Amino acid sequence: MATAPRVSRNSRRQGRPAPELIFGDLWPYDPAPESADPKLKTRYDLFIDGAFVPAKSGRTFETINPGNEKKLADVALADAADVDRAFQAARRAQESVWSKLPGRERGKYLYRIARLLQDRAREFAVAETLNGGKPIKEARDFDVPMAAAHFFYHAGWADKLAFAFPGASVSPVGVVGQVIPWNFPLLMLAWKIAPALAAGNCVVLKPAETTPLTALKFAEILQEAELPAGVVNIVAGAGETGAAVVSHPLAAKVAFTGSTEVGKIIQRQLAGSGKKLTLELGGKAANVVFDDAPLEQAVEGVVNGIFFNQGHVCCAGSRLLVQETIADALVAKLKLRLRSLRVGDPLDKNTDVGAINSKAQLEKIRELVASGVKEGAELYESPCRLPAKGFYFRPTLFTQVSMSHRIAREEIFGPVLSVLTFRTVEEAVEKANNTAYGLSAGVWTEKGSRILKLAGELKAGVVWANTFNKFDPTSPFGGYKESGFGREGGRQGLADYVNLS
Amino acid sequence: MNRLPINKTPKVYVGGAFIRSESGRVFPLKTADGRFVAHVPQCTRKDLRNAVEAAAKAGPGWARRTPYNRAQILYRLAEMIEPRAAELAEAIALGGATDEVRREVAAAIDRIVYYAGWADKYEQVLGNVNPVAAPYFNFSVTEPMGIVGAIAPAAPSLLGLVSLIAPVIVSGNTVVALASEVSPYPAVVLGEMLATSDLPGGVVNLLTGFRAEMLSTFSTHAHLRGLSAVVSPEERKQLELGAAESVKRCHIQTEDAGFDWYSASTESVYAIRDFLEVKTVWHPIGA
Repeated sequence: MATAPRVSRNSRRQGRPAPELIFGDLWPYDPAPESADPKLKTRYDLFIDGAFVPAKSGRTFETINPGNEKKLADVALADAADVDRAFQAARRAQESVWSKLPGRERGKYLYRIARLLQDRAREFAVAETLNGGKPIKEARDFDVPMAAAHFFYHAGWADKLAFAFPGASVSPVGVVGQVIPWNFPLLMLAWKIAPALAAGNCVVLKPAETTPLTALKFAEILQEAELPAGVVNIVAGAGETGAAVVSHPLAAKVAFTGSTEVGKIIQRQLAGSGKKLTLELGGKAANVVFDDAPLEQAVEGVVNGIFFNQGHVCCAGSRLLVQETIADALVAKLKLRLRSLRVGDPLDKNTDVGAINSKAQLEKIRELVASGVKEGAELYESPCRLPAKGFYFRPTLFTQVSMSHRIAREEIFGPVLSVLTFRTVEEAVEKANNTAYGLSAGVWTEKGSRILKLAGELKAGVVWANTFNKFDPTSPFGGYKESGFGREGGRQGLADYVNLS
Repeated sequence: MNRLPINKTPKVYVGGAFIRSESGRVFPLKTADGRFVAHVPQCTRKDLRNAVEAAAKAGPGWARRTPYNRAQILYRLAEMIEPRAAELAEAIALGGATDEVRREVAAAIDRIVYYAGWADKYEQVLGNVNPVAAPYFNFSVTEPMGIVGAIAPAAPSLLGLVSLIAPVIVSGNTVVALASEVSPYPAVVLGEMLATSDLPGGVVNLLTGFRAEMLSTFSTHAHLRGLSAVVSPEERKQLELGAAESVKRCHIQTEDAGFDWYSASTESVYAIRDFLEVKTVWHPIGA
């Protein structure tokens, strides 16, 4: 005669494991779609010399919503002729208007842009989510406000450049060619355009081929701000358009954010040209968790580090380095946390992980994950259900990963975490630095002196201690080694947009 | 009867030791009027790789020195050169130092003193706390890049070399430098002065030889994180092409730019910055 066992309130103290919270589909959330109107047009033209113009060739390309694979708009495809038109306009603006404007007046335009972006923040957030696949809560709470903040911050520099570079006289570089990626379309645009304009340069910018919409919507804001024609020109297209932008003879400086592979091609292309170049490239960040770390915080930090924006983050904490003594406990907590991540409709306000940006990227992630399994790492994926249409990938975690595995060396750029272990501080540093990349790193420990030691020894441009994936316009961001050179944000970021003498 | 002088066999200063090229090759050094002076090591790509290894060994220790200590060591180097200025002038001129050459040596010494003074100050000019809009303590500091390759201009052979080396090492980088091909002897003499300064061996490694033989290794050696050079436009292109393989930081000027090496504008805290990485550190503020 069996009676139901009574679960004692003191079960933990008696050495039994704590009861596991059950997530999954037991208590489904109601859909909570964001309903603001993104005010998208069915067709977008290039923005050259202050006006929207079709491509000379008349060609267009489709841009889609990766969340459901539906077409959003047709976008004019710029070729070398259009890019040339944009550079000519930028040079005219540089020579006749922008360089003659006092810094104080330049700054006012940037303030206007920041304010207009704040005005239309919700509209831009929805457009960003539709075109890029990121969860609306990230577009709404991070991408758009941070983009506005970059313009607001740099606005104030426009008439204070002499204070940024003591002892030197400061002049603009000229016309700048900028090529940005698809992971933070509007924010990367802000990172590029705001410092360029503040320093007195004019711009030709190419957004990524899969995410051109918010950049072209941003051009509407430039019109509303009455920014002089030609100061900012936006040309849409893919690799060919980008090559035309970086190799244009009028580009006095090139700024690129994207893969290390393309960054090297650009560096070669500019060899001997005398042009300035900044590159913000790939990463394979180590997130190092010591046995004295605040474990619950570390779990949240690790999850945020790799699943933020579906892992489409160059500084993503894609390698978890955990001290051996707490590895099992941390991995167990991570698996539990993975199961509670809500994956699906990017427009749903409860969504944690949205859509993979493109089919091509989804295939790249799948290929690398398959290599991880093949090379002997142990796969764990969230059992969540994925929408039938659209590009989605389950939050994934690999254990039993060794340093030689491709998933420990190559940038996956997706929601895939590789877990490695270490015993000593020295081993942690050695493993963390054992990569050609050096963009970012994370450290989790309650010991202050250890944080400062690792902050000094990790070869990375950004070190997050007891936090991860934090950004600010005042805070310089950029890489060591093959993660590129130059900084974006802060006083140090401005340096890449001026000539000093 | 006149005493027969003892001629010096020139050796280059690598890893704190004086070496000949591993290849055994030399090239003749002659005065302007064609008189033979000595055989100078014609270093090879292998010598360059060995020098990079020596620089790599010295790097972490040098970077860990306190800025105050690096300042004193650089100042000590100036102290070592000053009393031997005439010898350096003779090394540049080879047979009759002129006022112009003596001026070059003086400027080189002053340049070292200039950068010695920056050692414990540049961080206060280039780094800062960032006022982020969230409860985090956030600061940006600089760090040395590691090993930097330097290719000195043909002339001024001493001042050009020193002007490239000093801003690179003051921050804790180590350097592998190729001396002027037409006037390599000052680099040989400078090496002897470096050896008697308190600069640890391997921090500065000086090679003599032919640019054409070594440029490709300078550009592609993955352990060289930066390149500082004053070369021809074609050589610049070659260096930058190879540098892309490992995303090297290049600060390369062309010899035809015609800048005034004596001008104060050629020495700057921003020349130090060219071979630094900016590191940003975040930590939450809370209980």
